[in-house]
Amino acid sequence: MVEFWELIREPVFIVLKIVAIVAPLMLAVAYLTYAERKIIGYMQVRIGPNRVGPRGWLQPIADALKLLMKEIIVPGNSDRFLFLIAPMLSLAPALAAWAVLPFTDTLVLADIDASLLYILALTSMGVYGVIIAGWATNSKYAFLGAMRSAAQIVSYEIAMGFALVGVLIAGGSLNLREIVLAQQGSLLHWFWLPLFPLFIIYFISSVAETNRAPFDVAEGESEIVAGFHVEYSGMAFAVFFLAEYANMILLATLAALMFLGGWLSPFEGTWVESWFTWVPGVFWLLAKTSLFLFFYLWLRATFPRYRYDQIMRLGWKVFIPITIVWLVLEGAAVVADIGPWFD
Amino acid sequence: MDFERFIFYFFAAVLVFAAVRVITVRNPVHAVLHLVLAFFTCAGLWLMLEAEFLAITLVLVYVGAVMVLFLFVVMMLDINVSPLREGFIKYLPVGLSVAALIVIEMFLVVRARNFGTDAVAIPARHGADYSNTRELGSVLYTDYVYPFEIAAVILLVAMIAAIALTMRRRPETKYQNPVDQVAVKSNDRVRLVKMKAEERQ
Repeated sequence: MVEFWELIREPVFIVLKIVAIVAPLMLAVAYLTYAERKIIGYMQVRIGPNRVGPRGWLQPIADALKLLMKEIIVPGNSDRFLFLIAPMLSLAPALAAWAVLPFTDTLVLADIDASLLYILALTSMGVYGVIIAGWATNSKYAFLGAMRSAAQIVSYEIAMGFALVGVLIAGGSLNLREIVLAQQGSLLHWFWLPLFPLFIIYFISSVAETNRAPFDVAEGESEIVAGFHVEYSGMAFAVFFLAEYANMILLATLAALMFLGGWLSPFEGTWVESWFTWVPGVFWLLAKTSLFLFFYLWLRATFPRYRYDQIMRLGWKVFIPITIVWLVLEGAAVVADIGPWFD
Repeated sequence: MDFERFIFYFFAAVLVFAAVRVITVRNPVHAVLHLVLAFFTCAGLWLMLEAEFLAITLVLVYVGAVMVLFLFVVMMLDINVSPLREGFIKYLPVGLSVAALIVIEMFLVVRARNFGTDAVAIPARHGADYSNTRELGSVLYTDYVYPFEIAAVILLVAMIAAIALTMRRRPETKYQNPVDQVAVKSNDRVRLVKMKAEERQ
């Protein structure tokens, strides 16, 4: 009996840790949808959801229950297996990437050496869910949405990859924990300042990668109804929804880790530093992530949808050249030991 | 059987299954998806060889970019499968002889005498502080810097050549010029005309 416990102890602990990450993440996704509706509501001088529970707090629970109860309709002539597996394919990478994200200096599920590369590889797989959904549905609208989305994601991945290359040059490591530790010092040591153009490009690309407004031509309600998930209903649709919001949270957390010093306190190196030593690092990470998530919602409430050729132009002709130029400049700065970031 | 061996056989079985399905499945989209599965399991096997940089790059480059474009093209092409199968019997002897030749060649190279444990030493297990990325980078940018850079330039040239060969300006196509669009003043588009109010009839 003891031997058996020794054998399964490690896997059991890993599963428990995974649950400890995924369960709050799912809750965060639910309440992100609530926050989105509330924030955009207030921005548009409405109240937003306020009927279910006090001030509408139970709205996301009610939505989830409704989606669970609904029938999953599989269109005739669709590829049944691929149709049902597509939502899972889009959710799985969004969840698997969390394995290597460090929450504090010591709190990380798998502290692997090339964690940034791992995340880049996994986020690049998310596009399969969209493409397969569009194709398996066997509908023109879904297919057009999938094509648009795939072209857009592949285009912006390049700019995003280059921005990450800049981060790993500055951090001197592919490991996210070490990248955060390389930003120690003060608010001005964080990489947002020396890598400012890459920071902006990373954030905009991450909006495009998640197919969020103003880059949501994949859904394009006005022309192609709802894009790749037009025929999805019930839980299959909900999984797509979960994947989109889980990806938002993932990319926002990554931005916080790579450009805003992750769990480091923003008051580091100032005279108020000692007042905030009791605040756990996770709090700062969550606060920075929330900031980026708020930006996502703010963008959605502010900008009209991009035209498709403008999206392609921005990705290929503006972002990629800027990132390449900045990488060359950064390389020169590293060689010249320009402090306090590159020495 | 320890856990690692179990994982190896699992990945190997999935890899062989996926590779066979790539050429036997009828639907080209399914074939591409099986190829994706094959790449992915292959990356899993490379991870077990402690080649994590190569494994992750395989997923990033091939699964994440190349196969997406493949899938893109295959989905757009409306391939009619039945004419492709018409000559199957006719070409079978040629195909089989080529396949046999390849099997013989591979057998001559990849066999126990060349790759067995008595020919090649068992690779040493590295510790937890071993970084495959760092090792690969330090070799690539010191000992092999010229081959590496030359290969990169050749790829770049090939890319530019492909674009130059296929690009043609078609005069009838209409383009937007964003610079002009941004530089537009309201005076260029709208003319405000002052005129007297008309007399009531």
